[in-house]
Amino acid sequence: MKYVDEFGDPDLAATLVEGIRRRSTRPIRIMEFCGTHTVAIFKHGIRQLLPSTIEMLSGPGCPVCVTANSDLDWAIALAREPDVIVTTFGDMVRVPGSRSSLERAKADGGDVRLVYSPLDALRIARENPDRAVVFVGIGFETTAPTIASTVIQAEEEGIGNFFVLSLHKLTPPAMKAILDLGESRLDGVIGPGHVTTVIGSQAWEFVPREYGLSCVVAGFEPLDVLQGIYTLVGRIESEDPHVDNAYTRSVRAEGNRMALGLMDEVFEVCAADWRGIGSIPDSGFAFNSGFRRFAARERFDVDPGPPEEPAGCICGDVIRGAARPTDCPLFGTACTPSQPVGPCMVSSEGTCAAYYLYSGE
Amino acid sequence: MDKILLAHGAGGRLSHDLVHDLFLPHFPAPALAKLDDSAVVEPGTGPGRLAFTTDCHVVKPLFFKGGDIGRLAVCGTVNDLAMVGATPLYLSAGFVLEEGLDLEILRKVVASMKASADEARVEIVAGDTKVVEKGEADQLFVTTAGVGVVPEGVDISASNARPGDVVLLSGSIGDHGIAVLSEREGLAFRTQLTSDVAPLNRLVSAMVEVSREIHVLRDPTRGGLATSLNEIALQSGVTIRISEADIPVHDGVRAACEMLGYDPLYVANEGKLVAVVASDDAEKLLEVMRGDPLGREATIIGEVTGQAAAKVLLTTRIGGTRIVDMLAGEMLPRIC
Repeated sequence: MKYVDEFGDPDLAATLVEGIRRRSTRPIRIMEFCGTHTVAIFKHGIRQLLPSTIEMLSGPGCPVCVTANSDLDWAIALAREPDVIVTTFGDMVRVPGSRSSLERAKADGGDVRLVYSPLDALRIARENPDRAVVFVGIGFETTAPTIASTVIQAEEEGIGNFFVLSLHKLTPPAMKAILDLGESRLDGVIGPGHVTTVIGSQAWEFVPREYGLSCVVAGFEPLDVLQGIYTLVGRIESEDPHVDNAYTRSVRAEGNRMALGLMDEVFEVCAADWRGIGSIPDSGFAFNSGFRRFAARERFDVDPGPPEEPAGCICGDVIRGAARPTDCPLFGTACTPSQPVGPCMVSSEGTCAAYYLYSGE
Repeated sequence: MDKILLAHGAGGRLSHDLVHDLFLPHFPAPALAKLDDSAVVEPGTGPGRLAFTTDCHVVKPLFFKGGDIGRLAVCGTVNDLAMVGATPLYLSAGFVLEEGLDLEILRKVVASMKASADEARVEIVAGDTKVVEKGEADQLFVTTAGVGVVPEGVDISASNARPGDVVLLSGSIGDHGIAVLSEREGLAFRTQLTSDVAPLNRLVSAMVEVSREIHVLRDPTRGGLATSLNEIALQSGVTIRISEADIPVHDGVRAACEMLGYDPLYVANEGKLVAVVASDDAEKLLEVMRGDPLGREATIIGEVTGQAAAKVLLTTRIGGTRIVDMLAGEMLPRIC
C-alpha cells in the first residue's frame, strides 16, 4: 500500500538497525511516551532487533490508561442515571472502575453507546432531544480539537442536550512530571508523533533545556520508529541534547495552527488527575466561560463514591515507566485482555496489553 | 400479505402458505417437497463416515456487498463440513423471523440460499420457521445444519498438525469483515471491497483428490486467521511460524484497518481456508488451489516449527518476531 509499504522496507530497516548497533556503545534507557509507539514497537518486533545496550520503557501515552478511577467512576455513575445516554470511544467501555465498568452499567440497563467520533455523539443528541447525551471525552491534544469543533457545532445549532465530560489531558506537563520524578532514570525520550503534529515539536524544547535530555519526535511505521531511535542514540552518545523531528512528513515546529486555535477557542487549561501520577497542574482541559454550559460536571450531580484501586494492580507504576508489566503479580494470570484488572491491559494502546499480546512474556 | 405476522408461525393457514408460496419454490428437493416430519435421504455414494455440523447466523446488515445472511448461512455450514474433508450433501434451515419483517426481504434471502446451495451442490431438505414478536429478534436469524460424507482415508482435524508441515492460505484476508463493517450504522466509509463469502467444498474436493497429506483445514471466520492458527497450535500442541510479508491483504482492507486501528489478522473471512499439509505435497496442493477461482491467490504463509509450546509466532516485515495471540473480546477501534 502506497505511503505505508515504503516505511516498512526490510532492507532500509536492516540498514537502520545496523546503524543503531554501531552507534550504541553504552547502556541507555529510552522512553517511548506514546502508547501507539509502544504497540508499534511490539507489533513490528523492533525490540528484538535492538542491541542489548538499549532499554525501551513505555510511558504514560495511553489516554484510557491514564484516566483516573475517580473520573471513570463518575462516568459510570452517570450511565446509571435515567434519561442520560453516555457515549464514548471503544476502549473506555471495558475499563474497570472502582466497582464497575461502563460495559457493566450497560448490561445493567444503562444507555451506553460506543461511537467512533464525537460527531456521532452529537447526532445522537440531535435524534434524542428529550434525553441528555454525554460524551466522555478522553484523549490527548490529538482528540481535543475534534471535541472542540463538535462543541462549536453544537453551539451553532443550538443543541441544548449535548454535554461533554472533559477528561482531556495535555502531554508536555505529564512528560515534565515523569522527568521530575526521575525514577525511570531516562537518557532520552521518543516524543508522540500524532500529538506533536498538533502541538508542534517546539513544545518539547524544555526537555533538552531543563533536563539536559534529547527528545526525538517519531512516526509509527517501522522505519519511522527505527529512524527515531537511530537519531536519539546519536544525540545521547554524543551528549548533545536536542529536539529532533524524525516525522517531518507530519510534524512541524509550530504544530497545526487550526487545531490549536480550535482548542484555544473552547478550552482553558486546568489541573488534571492522572492514574499513577496524581494531580498535575495545567495538564487538563476544561471548558472556558464561553462553552461552560457543555460541561457535564456542571450539569449533573452524581455521587460515584470514593475511588478504589484494584488490589495488586501496578498500572500506576507501569504508566510512569517505573515498573514493567511483567513485574505485576497479576500479569497474565489474574489480569489478561479478556479479564482485565487494570486499564493498561484493556486498551489497545496499553503497555500491559502490548506485552501480553505481542511478546508472549 | 407483504409482512410477516405472528400467524405465519402459528402452524395454520398462513404458515402453510409461507411454506408453499415462498420456501418450496426455492428449495425444490424432493425429500423436502414430501413435507414429512423428517427428510428421508440417500446416504451418498461410496464408503465413508458422516460429518454433521450446525451454525447460527445473525448479521447486521442482512445484505452487504458481496453477500447476505442467506448466502452466509449456506456457506457457513458447507464450509464447516468441507473443513473436515467431507463432501456436503444435505442442509436444514431454521428461520427465526421478527413480526413485521418484509416478506420481500425473506424472499430475497431464501433465493440467495437457493443460489448458494446450487453453487455448492447441496440440497436443502428440511426446514422450520418461527415468528417472534416485534423487537424480540433483529429482523431475521437463520440456523443451518448440514451432513456430509468424509471419504475413506481422509483424516483432517485441527489436532493433526506436525512439525515440518507447511501452512497454506487460499487468498487474501479480512475482506468479509471490512465489507460488513463498512456498511454498519455509524461507521459508513466507502470501499470497493466485497465480502468473500463462498462455498469452499469444491476447492477442498480438488485438494483432497490430489493429496492425502492434508492434515488440517480451517476457515478463518470470526476471530480471523490469528484465532484459527492459535486453535490449530493449541489442539495439535505445536508452534506455528508465519511470515507477515507473505500474508495477502488487499489494499482496501489494509487502509481500513490502518484507519480504524484493526489488525487484518483478526478480521473475519467467509470464503478462505488455511491448510496445514505435509511439506512434500505443498507445491502440488498450491497448484490445485490456484487452479480454482476461490484459491487463485493461494500461497505459503508459514510452517509448523516444533512442539516446544503451543503458540503462533510471526516474522514481521522488517525481520522482527512477535507472538500472535487469539482475539480477546471484541475488536475495538483506537482512540488516537
